[in-house]
Amino acid sequence: MKLSVGPLLYHWSRPEVFAFYRELASQPVDCVYLGEVVCSKRRELGHAEWAAIARELTAAGKEVIVSTLALMEAESELAALARVVADAVTIEANDMAAVQLAGGRPFVIGPHLNVYNGKTLRLLAALGARRWVAPLELDPPAVGALLAERPEGLESEVFAYGRMPLAFSARCFSARVRRRNKDDCGFVCSEDHDGLTLYTREREPLFALNGIQVQSAQVRNLIGVVDELRDSGVEVVRLSPHSTAAVPFAAVIEAFAAAIRGEGGAQCPPNALPGGYCSGLMREEQRG
Amino acid sequence: MPEQPGVELVCPAGTLPALHAAVDNGADAVYLGLRDGLNARNFPGLNFSLADARRGIDYAHDRHVRVFVALNVYPQPSRWPAATAAVDAAADAGADAVILADPGLLAYAAERHPGLNRHLSVQASASNWRALEFYQQRFGIRRAVLPRVLSLAQVRRVIERVSMEIEVFGFGSLCIMVEGRCALSAHVTGESPNTHGVCSPAHAVRWQEQPTGRQARLNGVLIDEFAPREPAGYPTLCKGRFEALGAIMHALEEPASLSVLDLLPQLLAAGVRAIKVEGRQRSPAYVAQVTRALRVALDSCRRDPGNYRPPAGCGAALERLAEGRTHTLGAYSRPWQ
Repeated sequence: MKLSVGPLLYHWSRPEVFAFYRELASQPVDCVYLGEVVCSKRRELGHAEWAAIARELTAAGKEVIVSTLALMEAESELAALARVVADAVTIEANDMAAVQLAGGRPFVIGPHLNVYNGKTLRLLAALGARRWVAPLELDPPAVGALLAERPEGLESEVFAYGRMPLAFSARCFSARVRRRNKDDCGFVCSEDHDGLTLYTREREPLFALNGIQVQSAQVRNLIGVVDELRDSGVEVVRLSPHSTAAVPFAAVIEAFAAAIRGEGGAQCPPNALPGGYCSGLMREEQRG
Repeated sequence: MPEQPGVELVCPAGTLPALHAAVDNGADAVYLGLRDGLNARNFPGLNFSLADARRGIDYAHDRHVRVFVALNVYPQPSRWPAATAAVDAAADAGADAVILADPGLLAYAAERHPGLNRHLSVQASASNWRALEFYQQRFGIRRAVLPRVLSLAQVRRVIERVSMEIEVFGFGSLCIMVEGRCALSAHVTGESPNTHGVCSPAHAVRWQEQPTGRQARLNGVLIDEFAPREPAGYPTLCKGRFEALGAIMHALEEPASLSVLDLLPQLLAAGVRAIKVEGRQRSPAYVAQVTRALRVALDSCRRDPGNYRPPAGCGAALERLAEGRTHTLGAYSRPWQ
């Protein structure tokens, strides 16, 4: 079983991004997803700088994959996608535009492509998919049911740690709650290192706003079911980056690496985000 | 000025009486779902038995109105046989098109029923021409319904780049998330449009009277609280009031309906081939009024787009029917975003 680190979903500063990936190079992860999934306006790092990070990680023995935008609307976004595909790296496709452009070359089916049955899985495998990241809506048993129908040679990956990306909109919510328009956002999302927690009127943490993306306030943590995931045929578990203010991420990686090695009782350090940990979607937790 | 090319008014039918209302009030096409839990309005008391679907299709065809069958959830392995059977049933009943989102189901329909028109559902989240090209090349889609995330300028550019027909939403409840990419309801209730054809399902809703007002809960989660005499809306997750940065607000969206009444000339000029009305969960009376108002507006716009003004009465009629009694252009307008 392999350990992956998913794309950085938040808008961190350049020094923070460099520091995060420099540390990652020496940590026990097998695969790193780079690239921007949420908002095409976020360009703290240039193309050459991302390429340098990719080289560093590759030299450290990591498999590097470039994740693509989940919501693609503008011509400029399609042009940027074409450049990524032309770089001949492996991409994680999060929109059918990426599948269309990657056409015939190996790619990863990202969690934002809707794959819910074997027929779709086989269809995308025939187009070059070599790994499938399950949608966040599918719980481990549902992933297992689908894996029973997968074509030979297709790996599977599950989002196992992090605030869950639940929805995308044309609207920027980080800007909206600060009374700004998207076109004049001032990159206010960079103030929220792990997303901005949205509470109910009873102060229950419910969602987290991250630009045009809505996440769960709770951090999904599947460390307790790593063995079950392996038994159902999952080959890769994904950890989604969080800031050091939320959790010592290196310790999360260590804990999952230990769980994968079969060390029983491996546990993640507590996460300081208001929603705490959950094992899946909210409804699976104890509700009053 | 020459008339604009044909633009279809596509209206919702949750029941046979609603289908009659749409047909009788000027719809060019109606869309419906079968009673099998496989469409995006999987609500109790809604949708068609196969016999009713046949009756509805006959009624519509006799009046030269087309009927589309929506089969737009993403079936998981246990539901796959039911989903393919539903495609077969729609073809057998004489539907003019099936509205599909799932790539596997699109492939199945293309293989088994090549003569049956395939429309790409809004639930497929195809928001750019490259994605649309994918669905057209792989599954031969005849038409695509665009997600409610594009600005008017973006709709125009998409139409310039594709050869399939483009349908856009014209009136009704507004999804503010990319359709097919929203799991908010799954997070809170375990059921979502993709998995169950529902959003914020009624069985999870609880109303509680409190001294401070009326609370609307979804699976126990407080979505909003309404002061005495304040109009209380249905607790759809994205339209609740929440606390962000210390303030209580409609952090995601206010309750409002989408209406393109003011935008019809621009949409027609862009080459939109069909205007869709949301609302298969609505009453026959609602469907009748919305259909009639949009029929009048569309006809007026087609006759003389240069001098089009929303016809007297249409705007007011639609305003009364709108969620929160107010309407928005949604993402068609950049400032909304």
